[in-house]
Amino acid sequence: MAEEIQISPPTAELLSILEERFPGAAQPAECEGVVIAPDRLVEIATFLRDEPGYVYLSCVTGVDYPGPTARFPARFEAVHHLFRFQGGSLTLHVHADRDDPVVPSLVSVWPSANVQEREAWDMMGIRFEAHPDLRRILLWEGFAGHPLRKDWQEPYYEADHKPFPSRYPMGRPVPAEERTLLGRNLQYPPDWSPAGWKLQAEVPVYAPMDERAAEGGRPMHTDQVVINVGPQHLSAHSALGIVACLDGETIQRLEPVLGYLHRSHEKIGERNTWLANMPFTDRLDYMCSMSNNFGYAVAVEKLLGVEVPERAEYIRVIMAELTRVMNHLISIGFFTNDIGVYLTAMLYALEERELIIDLFEMASGSRMMCNYFRFGGVARDLPEGFLPLAKELVYERLPRRVDELERFLMDNEVFRARSIGVGVLPADVAVAYGCTGPLLRASGVPYDIRRAEPYSIYDEFDWDVAVRDGGDIYARFAVRFEEIRQSLRILRQALERLPDGPIQAGKKQPIVKVPAGEVYGRVESPKGELGFYLVSDGGPNPYRYHIRTPSFVNLGVIGELCRGHLVADVAPILASIDIAVGEVDR
Amino acid sequence: MPTQKPRLPELPPELQGTVHIMPWDRLYNWSRKRSLWPLFSGLGCCAIETICAAAARFDQARFGMDVVCPAPRQADLMIVSGTVTKKMAPQVVRLYNQMAEPKYVIAMGACAISGGPFKEGYNVVSGVDKLIPVDVYVPGCPPRPEALYNAFLALHARWDRETIRSLRWYQKDEDEGIPVPALGPDLVDWRLTDKIATLGEK
Amino acid sequence: MYGLGILKSLSVTMGRFVMTYVDDLKWFLKGGFGKRYSPVALPVRQSPKGRGVFTVQYPKERLPLPENYRVFPFQVIDPKTGEARCTACGICARVCPPQCIWIVRATDPETGKPKREPAEFYVDVAICMSCGFCAEFCPFDAIKMDHDYEVAAYKRDGEFLWNLERLAKPLAYHAEIHPTDYMAEQTARGRKAVREKK
Repeated sequence: MAEEIQISPPTAELLSILEERFPGAAQPAECEGVVIAPDRLVEIATFLRDEPGYVYLSCVTGVDYPGPTARFPARFEAVHHLFRFQGGSLTLHVHADRDDPVVPSLVSVWPSANVQEREAWDMMGIRFEAHPDLRRILLWEGFAGHPLRKDWQEPYYEADHKPFPSRYPMGRPVPAEERTLLGRNLQYPPDWSPAGWKLQAEVPVYAPMDERAAEGGRPMHTDQVVINVGPQHLSAHSALGIVACLDGETIQRLEPVLGYLHRSHEKIGERNTWLANMPFTDRLDYMCSMSNNFGYAVAVEKLLGVEVPERAEYIRVIMAELTRVMNHLISIGFFTNDIGVYLTAMLYALEERELIIDLFEMASGSRMMCNYFRFGGVARDLPEGFLPLAKELVYERLPRRVDELERFLMDNEVFRARSIGVGVLPADVAVAYGCTGPLLRASGVPYDIRRAEPYSIYDEFDWDVAVRDGGDIYARFAVRFEEIRQSLRILRQALERLPDGPIQAGKKQPIVKVPAGEVYGRVESPKGELGFYLVSDGGPNPYRYHIRTPSFVNLGVIGELCRGHLVADVAPILASIDIAVGEVDR
Repeated sequence: MPTQKPRLPELPPELQGTVHIMPWDRLYNWSRKRSLWPLFSGLGCCAIETICAAAARFDQARFGMDVVCPAPRQADLMIVSGTVTKKMAPQVVRLYNQMAEPKYVIAMGACAISGGPFKEGYNVVSGVDKLIPVDVYVPGCPPRPEALYNAFLALHARWDRETIRSLRWYQKDEDEGIPVPALGPDLVDWRLTDKIATLGEK
Repeated sequence: MYGLGILKSLSVTMGRFVMTYVDDLKWFLKGGFGKRYSPVALPVRQSPKGRGVFTVQYPKERLPLPENYRVFPFQVIDPKTGEARCTACGICARVCPPQCIWIVRATDPETGKPKREPAEFYVDVAICMSCGFCAEFCPFDAIKMDHDYEVAAYKRDGEFLWNLERLAKPLAYHAEIHPTDYMAEQTARGRKAVREKK
């Protein structure tokens, strides 16, 4: 059954330029963007970066079309989303053979492709030629299979799509453990046996470090040590591993080890229905669940073509900006914890967070996992006590407390000594590595998606983009304080002008059928650009559900930032990037 | 302001014990209840609620738990808060082995009890009790800080029936610890090797 | 002068420290000795207007939960029939994101046709993510979200798969914890009854 496919033509002008310079290499894609022939990809990418100015590669991912279907022949596809700071976006598709997918790597053009291509290799098995270091990133070396392929089934596989027929009408509970032979969430290749098998998984993590250590090239034998700032450590971030090669106390090379919280959001997302994915997005960046909901709702509403009523838009902006304030407060608080002010400022920041999540609890029902947004509006209307409390918070309490926190921190000589000039990120490196959010704006690049590509009603408010030069830790926190103040400014306007009206377009549907197509919807979450790349085949479940998270891409630059610094600087630099491991690993 | 007592779960018969509790047991248990040091090991979203439970509003220092130990040797309690993934499983077992007796584990949140909403994930261990023994389970996603305190109180209630003689530390045989699982084509739990070998025959 | 910034930070900390005692004294003079959270004091001290110590000492003191708060689902028992309102339509089982609701629909023993009630109904709270979709999309107001979070257990087997008996709570309890929702439901049911009479 062929669905009607909407073809939105790429910028016709750009296509004609490509046709002129690289004849025969570019075709319009079925849904959005351009299909590029693999052998011309790097050339065309270099051209796009240098001349029209597509300096920012936001998202690289793979899609599996096992086919053949009425819509697509069997193939793997690598999809790249490019943006220009002056405005303009482009999607590049590259097709690869289903049996042995090989795609040229774009790391030489945009270093931000590094971690994302490693993820596509890990999840899909698409090999990127000329990638400097193509290893698995979220799973471990030796894992059997590439999980996001459509023909790969997990050990607790029950059916391709939810809702599972076993739950109703004859739903006697069967624990998942009883459905597998081993009674656990484990499966092994048919001919594999544990007898005589040796542990291999950790060698690929440390081997590149050892090589670099050996390359030290000094005539005298000096010791370079590889240490593991392992996944359990005191810097208030859940499981994130760091491997560093040290010369004395100075870091020669540093690499994060990811995947300790890889919970297969994307595979589960393909099994879920569209609406069922909403509470799962809460668990991505678990501190800012409202922003994640916002990103997903914006992306799906682009596919659905619904318009959100005005009151719901205002409520969404209020929730998103409160989340931004809360996130920056936590980030500042956790940072002070990491530089050694063991708990003091963290407690001050968490006190303000408790008051903000009191509001969320009142409106949505949960402190952290709000699950508040729906397609076409929000779940329920604001209860009675919400507005007076919100106004008290935004007009009186938060400005006073933020001023106090700034007074506490920004002039303190110890803080300045540890943060000025530490972890400097030049603007061109930041853009090349695809950094977004306060990390980018502290390096002098005033790019904020709320201003560059306004979604919802952000263009109706009067606010400024927070920018600082300097690119060091101090600048990043100065940007965060400034952003809190701008968010309070937006909140004051939104609370003042909140209109009456419906909060949902049409009737709420539990099972939504989204028209076929693909979309890349992005929002400015407090940590950076959160993008959802969704492919729909017209059914009640997503065909491909990919999340481009700011923490994952921003973390790619930590090696550059830490080089030459002391071990004790790693925790502050990591805290200034501001990551949430649930978002990094998904 | 309501000041009702917390509702604690009923102790199952195997934990009630039949030994006679002596006065020194009472003193030992009384002092342990007032200084239970947790390990700093947050894995996922529940870790944020653990941090909130330690923060100003639900002050953990009232329970003597303000010393959050970075090193497992000093800790008494491991609050497994967050999804335990297969990649993290060897580290969780290592941390448990390194903790000194007496040691206790609270499985906080749906993911630690059974894998939670991510149970069908290919990288998720469906419950931390597949790896290490658990003393108290707290469901919720995430459980409120008050629910976590309820779990602490349930743990305290358990100790009222414990004697010094029954503690693992004072037993004669050596404790080898739990074998640390390895990362192969999938997580390899060395206690299951016989079962895996028979699978190959099938 | 070097160190002025440090003095500024210390002044912030000292200010907050002194404020805790001043605030306590203020409420002591207003409310009396013993209860830090008298019914007058609690809404102010735990609101944006609060100034001093922010702690709520569970289990002696409890924060009041807002109406919308959701922990785990419960089945509403209609006082008129004494049975659950649930008609085993299966919408909650279909819409649950982690699929933790299991329903066996009852059948009439004589005709073999399905009856509009559940023979068995289970919620696996070890998997439940408290999203509230079951309560949100139930067309019969039969399943609602509870406020009770004191559900810790010592064992995993048999403790977390809640059947209909464990989930059942009376309508009066629903009216107590969700007053606004209950009023809205009663109004809607009243209107529907009037329409049906016509």
